[in-house]
Amino acid sequence: MTHTLAAVLLALGLAWSAMPAGAVEPDEILDDPVLESRARDISAGLRCLVCQNESIDASGADLARDLRILVRERLVAGDSDDQVRAYMVARYGDFVLLKPPVKPETYLLWFGPALFLLLGGFGVVVYLRRRSPGPAMGTELARPGPLAPEEQARLKRILEDPGAAAPGNGA
Amino acid sequence: MSEAVKDGGKAGLMRRRLIYLSPVLVFAVLAGYFLWGLNPDRNPRILPSAMIDKPAPEFDAGPLAGMDLPGLATADLAGGQVSLVNFFASWCIPCRAEHPLLMALAERGEVAIYGFNYKNKPAEARAWLAQLGNPYSRIGTDQSGRIGIDWGVSGVPETFVIDGAGRIRYRHWGPLDRGALEDKILPLIKELHG
Amino acid sequence: MIPELGHFALILALCVALAQGTVPLIGAARGDQRAMAFARPAALLQLALVLAAFLALMHAYVTSDFTVANVVANSHSSKPLLYKISGVWGNHEGSMVLWVLILAVFGSAVALFGGNLPPSLRARVLAIQALIAVGFLAFTLFTSNPFERVFPAPINGRDLNPLLQDPGLAFHPPMLYMGYVGFSVAFSFAIAALIEGRVDAAWGRWVRPWTLVAWCCLTAGIALGSWWAYYELGWGGWWFWDPVENVSFMPWLLGTALLHSSIVVEKREALKTWTILLAILTFALSLIGTFIVRSGLLTSVHAFATDPERGLFILLLLCITIGGSLILFAVRAPALKSGGLFAPVSREGALVLNNLLLSVACATVFLGTMYPLFAETFGYKATVGAPFFNLTFAPIMTPLVAFMAIGPFLSWKRGDLAGVLGRLKLAILAAILAAAITLYLQGGPVIPALALGLAAWLFAGAVLEWTGRIKLFRAPPGESWRRAVNLPRSAHGMTLAHAGMAVAIAGMVASSTWKVEEILIMRPGDTVSVAGYDYRLEGVERHRGPNYFSDTATLTVTRDGQAVAVQRPEKRMYPVQQMPTTEAAIHTTGLYDLYTAIGDPDGQGGHTVRIFFEPLVPWIWAGALLMMLGGAVSLSDRRLRVGAPRRKRVPAGAAAASA
Repeated sequence: MTHTLAAVLLALGLAWSAMPAGAVEPDEILDDPVLESRARDISAGLRCLVCQNESIDASGADLARDLRILVRERLVAGDSDDQVRAYMVARYGDFVLLKPPVKPETYLLWFGPALFLLLGGFGVVVYLRRRSPGPAMGTELARPGPLAPEEQARLKRILEDPGAAAPGNGA
Repeated sequence: MSEAVKDGGKAGLMRRRLIYLSPVLVFAVLAGYFLWGLNPDRNPRILPSAMIDKPAPEFDAGPLAGMDLPGLATADLAGGQVSLVNFFASWCIPCRAEHPLLMALAERGEVAIYGFNYKNKPAEARAWLAQLGNPYSRIGTDQSGRIGIDWGVSGVPETFVIDGAGRIRYRHWGPLDRGALEDKILPLIKELHG
Repeated sequence: MIPELGHFALILALCVALAQGTVPLIGAARGDQRAMAFARPAALLQLALVLAAFLALMHAYVTSDFTVANVVANSHSSKPLLYKISGVWGNHEGSMVLWVLILAVFGSAVALFGGNLPPSLRARVLAIQALIAVGFLAFTLFTSNPFERVFPAPINGRDLNPLLQDPGLAFHPPMLYMGYVGFSVAFSFAIAALIEGRVDAAWGRWVRPWTLVAWCCLTAGIALGSWWAYYELGWGGWWFWDPVENVSFMPWLLGTALLHSSIVVEKREALKTWTILLAILTFALSLIGTFIVRSGLLTSVHAFATDPERGLFILLLLCITIGGSLILFAVRAPALKSGGLFAPVSREGALVLNNLLLSVACATVFLGTMYPLFAETFGYKATVGAPFFNLTFAPIMTPLVAFMAIGPFLSWKRGDLAGVLGRLKLAILAAILAAAITLYLQGGPVIPALALGLAAWLFAGAVLEWTGRIKLFRAPPGESWRRAVNLPRSAHGMTLAHAGMAVAIAGMVASSTWKVEEILIMRPGDTVSVAGYDYRLEGVERHRGPNYFSDTATLTVTRDGQAVAVQRPEKRMYPVQQMPTTEAAIHTTGLYDLYTAIGDPDGQGGHTVRIFFEPLVPWIWAGALLMMLGGAVSLSDRRLRVGAPRRKRVPAGAAAASA
């Protein structure tokens, strides 16, 4: 039914499968606060499969509720956090994890940001070295490339004071 | 002075040109992905099953109350016979859509069709089957949806093909359609029959 | 009749845009003044036509004209007027008309305020704006006509999704679009500069105010969206790293980078090609955002009706716009002359670092958002959710925020890092104090406490830089006042924006770390204590709204017996769409929010009640407001005023005299 519901919602235009104020219901909550807090952490990392990109902790969908209760049952039965996650992955695949595991299929994802930083950092270093006047060329600072400071100042004055403009520019 | 002059040499200029070309190359790759992603056959909502080629999970589902049909348990799937396992519910509209296909399949008798009545009141399920016909030779009830979770089901209907050794060989997500039945499921059943 | 007139106006607008996109370009290439001058009236005419179409659609909504298919699908006669109006853009077709309207508004603004741009540059900028309009007008007309009729007309409409019937969300899309579309001006300036082969300080100064306008609007749009999620979804979350959120956040990150790099172009004529590239990419990301939301490419919590055919059309537009401009960049950019030299430790160097980190942050969000699609091509189904983004984003933002306090102190060309750190002693002290006090009061965890310290560092740094400039307490008050008045407005703006960032960061960190929540069943008369506040459920009553029913709970909140607030959270049911919504009750003190939401009845006289204690959460939006205010103050700078600066060829004599 959830599929048709989604299809109907989609057909209606904006579809929000974000069910308002669904999420954890009072009867699900465990008495043991430590277990409950572990359950919340695990649920926040498990995807609600029928709604998109939402954790089961935040979703009001039926299946999300079933999975939340299941997570708590496994914890009460003595499973470790990783065992609970493995239990879910065995049934639904890596897809169920909002934080994908680090493995060859996700190397690009996990190491991508560092790669971007290295590449960008390398580019910046090359650029800065080229832009840099160098310690021995202190005099260059006074005359940096195409615009000398006095030229810069002149440009600034021209830009700031329309009155100093030359005639005949069509304004 | 411009950097090209400072760097000197054609190699430097070539390298510079290549760097300036890189954004458009990256974009070309991206556009390729986008084009691929727009393939109308692709539905990003469909998940591949994690259960393929694994033995069917352990379960023992009681019969549907008030029906003269046996329930369903793991052992029933490993009897050397190819079977089709279908999760259904009377409140599920797509189930109604796929039902005639299951009825037709049952009439041909090539494969045992078992059902899981998913989160459904027995009386409503009985009325539904009485109205539309019953293609199932066994029906297990999954009142809590727990068996469904063990099968990796994310909603109804879903349909699994089980080989004679009780292993899951194929899963169809959503309502069955003629195309999926004739192109995928029936050939697979034929192959499994050997 | 009126819908047909609207449709016709939209068709005429396409014709005008076609002319505006070609004639001035040819004119600029040939030096034909009359052809170039055509751009201005054309831009204004285009605005008039698109506005007419928009008003025609709005008329259909306000009068509940159910002969128009779009109105049937998204409106209902009993809907309040505000939501009849916002319903115009609460759907795909109508939102495209709004998109094109905002594009025309920006085009006309360039035409009106760009009086002192060189004629050829102005003609080219307006022509490129028009070419973008051609693409999106064609898209609207050919794939998403909002004026389509239905026959026979139904008696009533299907109503707007109730979640969208909310004042915050009524204005969220227009602000967001003004941000997205606003970046088209920087884009058009970049393309025009590539065609002209000229980027200089004046160009940087022309582009900056437009970028600033777009950036302020986008900031407002994102802030409104997250504020809406906070009070409407009923569990106090304000950011989910959902693809649709990410696609609005990416142009914001790059737009922020663009805002800073154009300063370097303006002051030092360096980073020119990079700034051009940023201007192109920022708008490209805005377009890609539009594409993803409307194509069904990625799955998202909130997506428009998806349609692969529309997706294909937009992909084609993307290829022409982005691909074309990047090819132009590859061909023309290497010829741009590079500007001034500077040492790595300098204001320029700090702004380069800012650009590096913002770009890497943007690339990371992009990677995470697109990864499920990439992975699918090699048969791996993955979900990339909030945990990934939180884990990768924070390490990139940390150095950015750390250097944000230092950068403004560094002087141009060559800075003195040791000297700057000496001037930041008070900020270091503030950071240590903030982290220590947090640890003492909350007892941990350590990393969020350090993050609060970082926010304090940034805030103190921003304030110190400002007080240093006006010599507060180090010069007589009169002198400080004079200095403050004479300080460029953009300097005040920067201080406000940076301080706002610090405030927002503190809000984000604290609310996600020290939030307290209690979910329970309450019957009338029950009391519960959450974070030192006592809540008593007085009762739950059924009310009837204009197009919904609501169960309204009344909770009295007390602290140590003293009355604090009466909260009335609602759960609404919209019968037409058969959809419930929650309306949370929020009592804010400025430091924290008391947040209550009511859920379903348990059938035994009780209701699910969710009570949250949200520390510093109002600071998120206060910070965003400060950032926008900073942008607005900067925008009011005389020198930055749109179109104010002129690029003049000064006679040699005059130049020598003034030098």
